Amino acid sequence: MSSTQPHARKLNAATRRAPWILLAPFLALFTLTFVLPILTAVGSSFTKVSRRGLFGEAGVTSGFAGFANYAQAIGDGNFIASIGRMLLFGIIQVPVMIVLATILALLLESASAKWPGLFRAAYFMPYGVPGVIATILWSFLYVPGLSPIVDVAGWVGLDLDFLGASSVLWSIANIVTWSYAGYNMLIIVAQLKAIPNELYEAARVDGASSFQIAWRIQIPLIVPALMLTTVFSIIGTLQLFAEPQVLSKVAPAIDSQFTPNLSAFTTAFAYNDYNVAAAQAVLIAVVAFVLSFVFLRFTNREDS
Amino acid sequence: MSTTTVSKPARTAGSNDHSNRSAGRSAGMTIVVTGLLVIVALYFIVPVYWVLVAASKTSEDLFSTFGFWFAPNFALWENLTQVVTYDNGIFVRWFLNSVLYAGVGSLIATYLAAAGGYALAKYKFKGSNLIFGIILGGVLVPGTATALPLFLLFSQLGMANTYWSVLIPSLVSPFGLFLCRIYADATVDDALLEAARLDGASELRIFHTIGLNILTPALVTVFLFQLIGIWNNYFLPLVMLADSQLYPITLGLNNWLSQVDRLPEFYELTTGGVLLSTIPLVIAMVVLQRFWRGGLTEGAVK
Repeated sequence: MSSTQPHARKLNAATRRAPWILLAPFLALFTLTFVLPILTAVGSSFTKVSRRGLFGEAGVTSGFAGFANYAQAIGDGNFIASIGRMLLFGIIQVPVMIVLATILALLLESASAKWPGLFRAAYFMPYGVPGVIATILWSFLYVPGLSPIVDVAGWVGLDLDFLGASSVLWSIANIVTWSYAGYNMLIIVAQLKAIPNELYEAARVDGASSFQIAWRIQIPLIVPALMLTTVFSIIGTLQLFAEPQVLSKVAPAIDSQFTPNLSAFTTAFAYNDYNVAAAQAVLIAVVAFVLSFVFLRFTNREDS
Repeated sequence: MSTTTVSKPARTAGSNDHSNRSAGRSAGMTIVVTGLLVIVALYFIVPVYWVLVAASKTSEDLFSTFGFWFAPNFALWENLTQVVTYDNGIFVRWFLNSVLYAGVGSLIATYLAAAGGYALAKYKFKGSNLIFGIILGGVLVPGTATALPLFLLFSQLGMANTYWSVLIPSLVSPFGLFLCRIYADATVDDALLEAARLDGASELRIFHTIGLNILTPALVTVFLFQLIGIWNNYFLPLVMLADSQLYPITLGLNNWLSQVDRLPEFYELTTGGVLLSTIPLVIAMVVLQRFWRGGLTEGAVK
């Protein structure tokens, strides 16, 4: 190592200080915006606030609540139902989106595609449209009377109801897929481009067809990208908030506890119960962690 | 086991390697594949096309004419004028707020992530692995999980409902630091740094001249990620901001949409506003997607 050389030893103090100077601003802000809020959330999820007097005018006392807030969060059937709803959503939407993204990436990278750059840009474009605006866009295409899609379906005798109690979840799934399929596709394309050409040449010498190349070479080699996109999609699914919240303005079927995050938001700002909301936020993060972890474990075992 | 795939930074983005992969290419195959791609492209483009058509219609035409085609009465300019002048140009203010939050936030976030990632990759010091591990944990923490407690924290500091309340959390990108660290690990040569030290350059100077220069492809990726992330953020400003003068465009347009029930003219405002806010993003995405590459798959989880 270089530290044994004399010049390096002279500079050692400066070299030892340097990483901390470089890291300090990031660490300070990371502490303020990640570490402290997480500690606060965990802390207040175990805290019980009681107000004395009719409106709390006689003072507020807080004390250790044990798992009371968690018990209340888990005892709330609507909150548990919202987690179940997101699991159902994720089991369908995440695979559909990842498969779609993979197929698009493989088609774009195949020699048979014309104008791949143009298509790649078109598919990726929705990623730049904020979830709120994407939802406003699609809500216009869902609302009867405004939506040409409902009109066209009506001509052929189809009665489409995008905003009904049973269909609205899948209408949200469509918005999410529209927003993120192209983004996931681009991650997969980036990994496909990293596959060395010699592998393709060798496969072709062996007489492999395009389909065999995709199935035997490309897909196994893009597994890391698929895992990355899947884990991020799982986390994203449990965080779902903007889409249902905005869509609820035109879809009465979406209640204030439709997704876990919507539930926590309602608990905090409509019921002003920050402690239970904190417990809900912690539970959401834990479920996201556990699901990502289980997924990684499961796929890693399958690999080896 | 964790393996990281690092693409060579010098690799060009071109599609010139297609000729090497043309197994059994036939005209028929090309037509089928391209046809499929066109159909999928329609799916991605239709909502944007619809809003372009809708923004050109008057309120009556919006409901009475077919949604996928323009009405005889072309009112696009009137609608857009109304969008930018309504309520003393509040729309323009929202737009500029978004530009401020996303522009300033992502620039600083990229710089801080680069400095931190470089420090963790290029210096061996006690606790570096622990710090990296904690930051990596931050990548997996949902942004919405920190927003609520952050609001409580900022309220106590008197910073809720200010520009700072949205800007400060935007300055931190754990994912950006993660990418920069892996990229610096793979591309910044220790011998080069050692040579600079021999020449008497200070550690900070080495980072600013050599480090940042080599990291540029990763920096572009981190910057774009953060730019889009802040621009698209909704939950954080929703929680933090009460004053509509501070709203980013996402919050503002949602505010307009929530009024269409009572006042139908908000349909025109909302569609026009959505169009105006989508066009620059669509152009940006189409132009920028070619840069969206350096470091994207680096450190993919496995």
